[in-house]
Amino acid sequence: MAKAKTWIEPHPSGIYVKPADVWIDPSRPVERAAVTHGHADHARSGHGSVYATPETLAIMALRYGVDAEASHNAAFPYGEGFERGGVRFSFHPAGHVLGSAQILMEYAGERIVVTGDYKRRADPTCARFEVVPCDIFVTEATFGLPVFRHPPTEDEIAKLIGAVRAEPERSVLVGAYALGKAQRVIAELRGAGWDAPIYIHGALEKMCHLYAIHGVDLGELRLVSETDKAAMAGQIVLAPPSALNDRWSRRLPDPVTAMASGWMRVRQRARQRMVELPLVISDHADWDELTATIIDVNPKETWITHGSEDGLLRWCELHQRKARALHLVGRDLEEEA
Amino acid sequence: MKRFAALIDRLIYTRSRNSKLALIVDYLKHTPDPDRGWAIAALTESLDFPAVKAGTVRALLATRVDEELFRLSRHFVGDTAETAALLWPDAPGAKDDPSVSQAVDALASASRSDAPAIVASLLDRLDADGRYALLKLALGGMRVGVSARLAKQAFAQAFGVPVDDVEELWHAIPPPYAPLFAWGEGRAERPDLADVAFFRPFMLAHPLAEESIDFADYAAEWKWDGIRVQIVHGGGETRIYSRGGEEISSAFPELVAAFDQDAVIDGELLVRGEAQGGEAASFNALQQRLGRKTVSKKMLADYPAFVRVYDLLGVDGEDLRGLPWSERRARLEAFMPRLAASHFDLSQVIDAKDFDDLAERRAGARDAAIEGVMLKRRDAPYVAGRRAGLWYKWKRDPLTADCVMMYAQRGNGRRASFYSDYTFGCWSAEGELLPVGKAYSGFTDEELKWLDKFVRDHTLNRFGPVREVEKSLVLEVAFDSIHASKRHKSGLAMRFPRISRIRRDKPAEEADRIATLLAMAT
Repeated sequence: MAKAKTWIEPHPSGIYVKPADVWIDPSRPVERAAVTHGHADHARSGHGSVYATPETLAIMALRYGVDAEASHNAAFPYGEGFERGGVRFSFHPAGHVLGSAQILMEYAGERIVVTGDYKRRADPTCARFEVVPCDIFVTEATFGLPVFRHPPTEDEIAKLIGAVRAEPERSVLVGAYALGKAQRVIAELRGAGWDAPIYIHGALEKMCHLYAIHGVDLGELRLVSETDKAAMAGQIVLAPPSALNDRWSRRLPDPVTAMASGWMRVRQRARQRMVELPLVISDHADWDELTATIIDVNPKETWITHGSEDGLLRWCELHQRKARALHLVGRDLEEEA
Repeated sequence: MKRFAALIDRLIYTRSRNSKLALIVDYLKHTPDPDRGWAIAALTESLDFPAVKAGTVRALLATRVDEELFRLSRHFVGDTAETAALLWPDAPGAKDDPSVSQAVDALASASRSDAPAIVASLLDRLDADGRYALLKLALGGMRVGVSARLAKQAFAQAFGVPVDDVEELWHAIPPPYAPLFAWGEGRAERPDLADVAFFRPFMLAHPLAEESIDFADYAAEWKWDGIRVQIVHGGGETRIYSRGGEEISSAFPELVAAFDQDAVIDGELLVRGEAQGGEAASFNALQQRLGRKTVSKKMLADYPAFVRVYDLLGVDGEDLRGLPWSERRARLEAFMPRLAASHFDLSQVIDAKDFDDLAERRAGARDAAIEGVMLKRRDAPYVAGRRAGLWYKWKRDPLTADCVMMYAQRGNGRRASFYSDYTFGCWSAEGELLPVGKAYSGFTDEELKWLDKFVRDHTLNRFGPVREVEKSLVLEVAFDSIHASKRHKSGLAMRFPRISRIRRDKPAEEADRIATLLAMAT
């Protein structure tokens, strides 16, 4: 068996797969990049070739102007992949956002999985995480502290609907990251029976459209910019977190400020963001999911890319599991969690 | 505990006072005794369980959670109660959700030795939000922005009773206030307050708008720049109450000890400043003594407190509030010798000949502890609240300085989308702009819109919620006084700064110098 350290190198700017000359989620432009998902801290523009799932490539085309059709880029549905320099790459569902994938690499009898970002619980907008057995499991740790235990999503959605109904003369403005969180909140609302039009900030429009093209039914969406203020009373409005409490929100009828994020679990965090209605809805694994996944995957070694590495490292130590922190840079933990 | 946990969670995220009030009113109306009484006592920090401290909780957590993970989590969350509530492992099986009063009874019965077991068994019966509520109840530090005053207003509103009555009764009845709720709901008579050191709602003053009162009807006194207090001795106990009816006795033990007469006085609490030759020092000095639960010997020695007495509300069991001011004043002057002169002196009446004479003296007053003058109608009884025509406050004209806007921050609530809090500075001798204060009032809604746009159009840097702006806008800032302060780089601190004018006409270079402000300092 090959020694992983001879063929895979963690660098601050990404993970380098040496025999294939391929980087995974590099934070600077490289010749060849394999990309786990479309969030800006994992997918960047300017690479020579991009290897990703079809959905991730479509997202990169929309957000960063990547040419998804160009012959130097390649799209692989879940379960499929490619071989380069003796390394077999394949993409497997990560359950984080539309198109998000774990990347499995096999080389000289050794298997390494890079999760990118992931979660375990059901999400109507993307394929559910699959456990991929491996020797080295490279995991995220955004919520790598035992204080982070996300409540059931349906409870948080019920809280949101309850808040709208409690004050029908106001609107509820939900801050939700433009890729993934916004569409998930909408889809969860639909699943809970909220059939009314949902009003969105212009910055969400294109991504919602992309999701719809990929078969995620979001129901009727209307633009806030094309709606009378009064018509949004008693309605749900979604905007990127940066638009909360900004001038844009003045066009809404006395909005209740909500935010959908795993960080909302901590009261002071929610207060700092001036949130009145915190919704603990996250696209990242919580503490129980992170630790359960390490047990399920049962790797020989766990590498931790970003987040609260110290907490997850400590857990591995307590459970006699070999682990190390990689200290990748440029991961944006605040906005999309 | 579920209802109480939901209430505090809503209060944490609700910023408007009226919305907080509505939440408490609803809770009081729809929660049975004694839970609601304990809950309101917890919200106003009126409960103490000596056997249960933060250390107890930390030690308890160490038995269930790895210490290193607790330390990392505590560091991230920043609050022991919240960290513990989130980390406590969910007990298997159904949770029976103990009531607030069951929790209070259990915590109150705890001794040092069995406290951990008692807290553990309560935590096992609750979910994460319930655990947070329980630990805040046990440890205090609720920080949900509910003052005693707000709680009393909520009670008055919930049961349709006068808030003045609630204020009087509140401190006379210990939690969980069962007789108070019984009275509020019309199930019982108003509780009898004989032999209790209860709070009498303050009589308040209107600002003097038109200088056209008939001076002969009024007595004038200096308005001292301290804090308004009421000292009550009754039932063998002395209590000091602040303006809002909060009990602050523990912060001023020397006054509690010195006040040994069966009486109720109204006066201004001040500290004696050495610089003033034993006279009343500025508010700045008094601030050192405020907000403390315990006071060190050094504090007592460095900032000795005394009360300048201006009214006598009761003495030897007799309620004087119905008497006209002139009679109360005579009774007060006769009473003063019964108090220790070291800690109590009489607020003097200004013997102005007429209104013009008073105006002249007011203009000439530059004592650090004088804020202006008070005018009190000679034939007026002592009545709660602010009644037209009885008492007036006539503050000294504010000082002003031309300052340059340096930073801006977004406001709260209705102002959350506006940059409405401004930090401004003046020029040092070296030509550097140094911050001298922060203001978030004094402007109209129109001016706020203009200022907000100015900030957005002239941003140089962003630091989280704060924006640094181009140093080009002059603001005329009004303030009541200015003091030397080690806390600020400029060495100055303003009292009650507010924006009085936007000086779009004035170039920033012509704003005031620090030296000019220093010359105004008291």
